[in-house]
Amino acid sequence: MLRQVQEGLRRETAKKLRFVPGIIYVDEGAVCGQSPAEREETLLQMEAILRASGFPYHLARLEEVFDLPGSVLQRGPHRPAGPGASYKEAVESFIHQHRQAEGGAPERLAELSTRAMPGAETPGGRGARPLAAARTEQLLQLFGSVKTLTAKEELLQALRTHLILHTARAQGYSKVLMGDSCTRLAVKLLTNLSLGRGASLAMDTGFSDDRHGDVLVVRPMREYSAKEIAFYNRLFGVPTVLTPALDTRAPEKASIHRVIERFLYGLQAEFPSTVSTVYRTGEKLSAAPGDAGPAPGAAEPERCLLCLCTLDTNVEEGSALQAILVSEQLSGERPPAASPAGPGACAGAAEQRGCCTHATAPRADFLPLLCYGCRLTIKDTACLESLPPYVRSEAARRSRRAAMKQQIQEFLLEDDAVTPGES
Amino acid sequence: MAAPMSLVVEFGGGAELLFDGIKKHQVTLPCQPEPWDIRNLLKWIKQNLLKERPELFIQGDTVRPGILVLINDADWELMGELDYKLQNQDNVVFISTLHGG
Repeated sequence: MLRQVQEGLRRETAKKLRFVPGIIYVDEGAVCGQSPAEREETLLQMEAILRASGFPYHLARLEEVFDLPGSVLQRGPHRPAGPGASYKEAVESFIHQHRQAEGGAPERLAELSTRAMPGAETPGGRGARPLAAARTEQLLQLFGSVKTLTAKEELLQALRTHLILHTARAQGYSKVLMGDSCTRLAVKLLTNLSLGRGASLAMDTGFSDDRHGDVLVVRPMREYSAKEIAFYNRLFGVPTVLTPALDTRAPEKASIHRVIERFLYGLQAEFPSTVSTVYRTGEKLSAAPGDAGPAPGAAEPERCLLCLCTLDTNVEEGSALQAILVSEQLSGERPPAASPAGPGACAGAAEQRGCCTHATAPRADFLPLLCYGCRLTIKDTACLESLPPYVRSEAARRSRRAAMKQQIQEFLLEDDAVTPGES
Repeated sequence: MAAPMSLVVEFGGGAELLFDGIKKHQVTLPCQPEPWDIRNLLKWIKQNLLKERPELFIQGDTVRPGILVLINDADWELMGELDYKLQNQDNVVFISTLHGG
């Protein structure tokens, strides 16, 4: 993707891309079992490539997740599409700005790079080495408390997204370009379906993802299959750095991601149109108009704590989710002290779990804030205290607000549009 | 009768992790009665070069789906896949496009 952007920004290109890019690399070596020496080496290699590209770059370590503010989990103010200016005018103004800065452009880029370097290496001016070790311990503890590889991968993705989002907001970027290829997106589509994230499928695999409000996540490479990209890299000699991932050399059935990947690639070998069929079907999904932005006057739909998609769990009786919760209750080891009247008490079920075992009381507060897919990830996490502080503080804040809202419920004037059985 | 052949075998995209991290191998295939083709080459690689986890590279008779094979920078599907007869000084590249090795 980097090479393509470089090509697009060169002067000779007919339809030049009109934005100023920066690059971020997130170092996840600690989670993937790399030794510090290996991580340093990988970082050096990455830096060489990033510096050669000439764009401002940021190196972030996954450990910095523990220093993120709680605002990462809040949807930013939705930037309006544009003050009505036409496309041509916008392009003209951009070129004008660019030309003014053109004289000092090379120095400016170099400045940004060197500024980004100390920013990444010593966050907040603290000494990098000793703090990094403590954070690495915390990170390893967090991932150690997650029982399944599937949940680990999901958690890693969520944390990585938060880190990238925070960096984008801090540095003033309005869009993030991800390099997911067609093949990867097809795998992701089926994996999300298997993990219960079907409700947010359109946003997870679509071209643009605006769940964060102010930062738009865009996937420009979704038309290229992995095979094409591999050939491109080989034939054009694009420099690559290899880093082991969480599931490198894992056995085939270690996680849902691996199973789906194997399934899809296996099918693709026999029926070469598999991946593109899955991709095209996914393309037909589009985000519901309600997700585009809050309609004036209506309440903002509640969002999941971790993945920021609209919560799909506040649904009426008779839905599949209620059926799952009821069957969980009925097949649980401890018979509930007082069974609820019927399947219409989602909050009741949460309290049941809470009063049965004290240890899960904080978990019971946590779960209603999450969408179904994230709930499964958290259920596989043994120790909730090892989650990064921003997650816990944001969860506590939301629980308090929900409790407060419940207390003052009778005094609130509600719109007719709000359904009565909501809280 | 096949004369001993020297080839350059390269691995990319993560496949080199199974071969001690070495990306480029200069190999010399010994003399043998049948002519060398990709099928035999794969068996030879499995016996001589592959250090661990053969199931991550080879599946049955052929490579695992998801591993691309390029012969002289051309897709092997154009050259006859497993039946392509190797020539001296050929360049065979195995690129893994899989997520986990």
